[in-house]
Amino acid sequence: MEARKTKTVSENDYSSIAQSPSFQALLSEKKKFIIPVTIFFFCFYFALPILTSYSTVLNHKFIGSITWAWVFAFLQFIMTWGLCMLYSKKAAKFDELANQVVEERGIS
Amino acid sequence: MNTPAFIMFLGIVFVTLIITYYASKKTKNASEFYTAGGGLTGWQNGLAIAGDYMSAASFLGIAGAVALTGFDGFFYSIGFLVAYLVVLYLVAEPLRNLGKYTFADMIASRFDAKKVRGFAAMNTVTISIFYMIAQLVGAGALIKLLLGLSYTTSVLIVGVLMTVYVIFGGMHATSWVQIIKAVLLMGGTLVISIIVFSKFNWSITDMFAQMKTATPLKESFLNPGVKYKIGLDTISLNMGLVLGTAGLPHILVRFFTVKDAKTARSSVVYATWVIGIFYVMTIFLGFGAAAFVGNSSIVAANPAGNMAAPLLAKALGGDMLFAFISAVAFATILAVVAGLVLTAASAFAHDFYNEILRKGKATEKQQVSMARWAAIGVSVISIILALGAQSLNVAFLVSLAFAVAASANLPVIIYTIYWRRFNTTGAVWAMVVGLISAIGLVAIGPSVISPEAGKAIFVGNPIFPYTTPGILSIPLGFLAGYLGTLFSSQKADVKKYEEVLVKSNTGIGLANNR
Repeated sequence: MEARKTKTVSENDYSSIAQSPSFQALLSEKKKFIIPVTIFFFCFYFALPILTSYSTVLNHKFIGSITWAWVFAFLQFIMTWGLCMLYSKKAAKFDELANQVVEERGIS
Repeated sequence: MNTPAFIMFLGIVFVTLIITYYASKKTKNASEFYTAGGGLTGWQNGLAIAGDYMSAASFLGIAGAVALTGFDGFFYSIGFLVAYLVVLYLVAEPLRNLGKYTFADMIASRFDAKKVRGFAAMNTVTISIFYMIAQLVGAGALIKLLLGLSYTTSVLIVGVLMTVYVIFGGMHATSWVQIIKAVLLMGGTLVISIIVFSKFNWSITDMFAQMKTATPLKESFLNPGVKYKIGLDTISLNMGLVLGTAGLPHILVRFFTVKDAKTARSSVVYATWVIGIFYVMTIFLGFGAAAFVGNSSIVAANPAGNMAAPLLAKALGGDMLFAFISAVAFATILAVVAGLVLTAASAFAHDFYNEILRKGKATEKQQVSMARWAAIGVSVISIILALGAQSLNVAFLVSLAFAVAASANLPVIIYTIYWRRFNTTGAVWAMVVGLISAIGLVAIGPSVISPEAGKAIFVGNPIFPYTTPGILSIPLGFLAGYLGTLFSSQKADVKKYEEVLVKSNTGIGLANNR
């Protein structure tokens, strides 16, 4: 059994939390991280089908018979794992900021 | 009849029924039934997500697609994986913080309107049934090939098993069947990959060099453009793949089986590792099948290439490995269809019955009983549709489900979490337009209307030129949500949005499942 959130929070409380400096700080930290990274991974991802569809640059050889298309495809995996780890690390900081918001309000 | 395969199939049926028996003892109330009480750990749910996600389309479909079309088949692997970044960065944590049992709960946390919940539930049932037909068609073909049973009998066996898991074991049984399946699938794929790699002298460069001559495609096997020759068609496919996962109801409900957003996050990270490693290995499955089974044998067994992985196992390890990999494929399908039945039944019982018809006042007992009846109903409908869909291509049905999920669900999810002005009209427009445009574009596209007789349902020139609808239907879903919001006379409920914002970012007021 985990702790229940016993104290009820009214509509006005949510407004005041939303406008509090600590919550605004959490939001802006998240935005600063999530928006640019999201734009990056969409660009990186769609670059592959766009390049394979409209050019042949990726058909050039990398090593032996391995072409750049396969290298780029593999880099998508590396990017996904890398950004997963990066998110986990950043999220630990967001958790701290979120805890501050919760503690300020005295909600258990 | 293949005796080792038959014994291993029975083994899987036996183990999963034991799990269901133990799970049934825990499944006493609605929360246990829908979400296993929210008590799964990060790694358990991570494996269950992997087990829920890596479907027949992934294992049988991608192996075959890579074997037959080389690089173009691998697009699926990449898109299915990168999609988890969308889930992790944009959807998973807010979803966990706002919802309780279903994806509709999350939308309803902001818009307490029956029609919003009703449309969200309708999308869930529609997407899940499309996805399920694909799995059942795959299962029917597989069992028919292995055990010599008729297609109808095969579909019925899988249909009965999935119904039994869900009505007796609910989310507990579904989760553990998915976890065990994920372990089996990873193990089986790893064994094949290692044998394939050894046959290429443990050298990646040797492997690629040999692939240049191993298939009828020769050198072009390694280059993009074998299957997807129209640029916008390729991009449309990729849009559906990368944006669909975050809108798939059976994946979204998995986040309610953990206690908080932090655990939801760690389960996505575990799932992404497992799923990523699996999709890397699809290269070995596909290349191995192309090199050691051969194009003509793969096509002879199934024109879409769906039997490439089991045939590869046979070529590498004889009847025993063949039986094992086929049993793994069977477990794969069972785990996925169980998740789909549960998701569709939850949407019906929780959203339609309890929240809309009974205004949230049904007792625990009534809710669980309705969910069980709904599970039977969903199974029966899917089985009937699957029996009529034998000749449809499995990968086509799955990519349709992804495109519908991306078009009908993702816009409303993103707007609900991130757009202050969004309102109920916008939510309804986004869901309806997304759903209708995705299905409509497929209906007038080349998968349904083809100039070549026998390739599709109708003969003629397709009105919409691309095989997947995503490139048009996903923007339409977003646009409809935007326009619906602007054209509506409702004012944005700023207070409600602030509540959603606080809840989704801090977990305050988290609907606790216990």
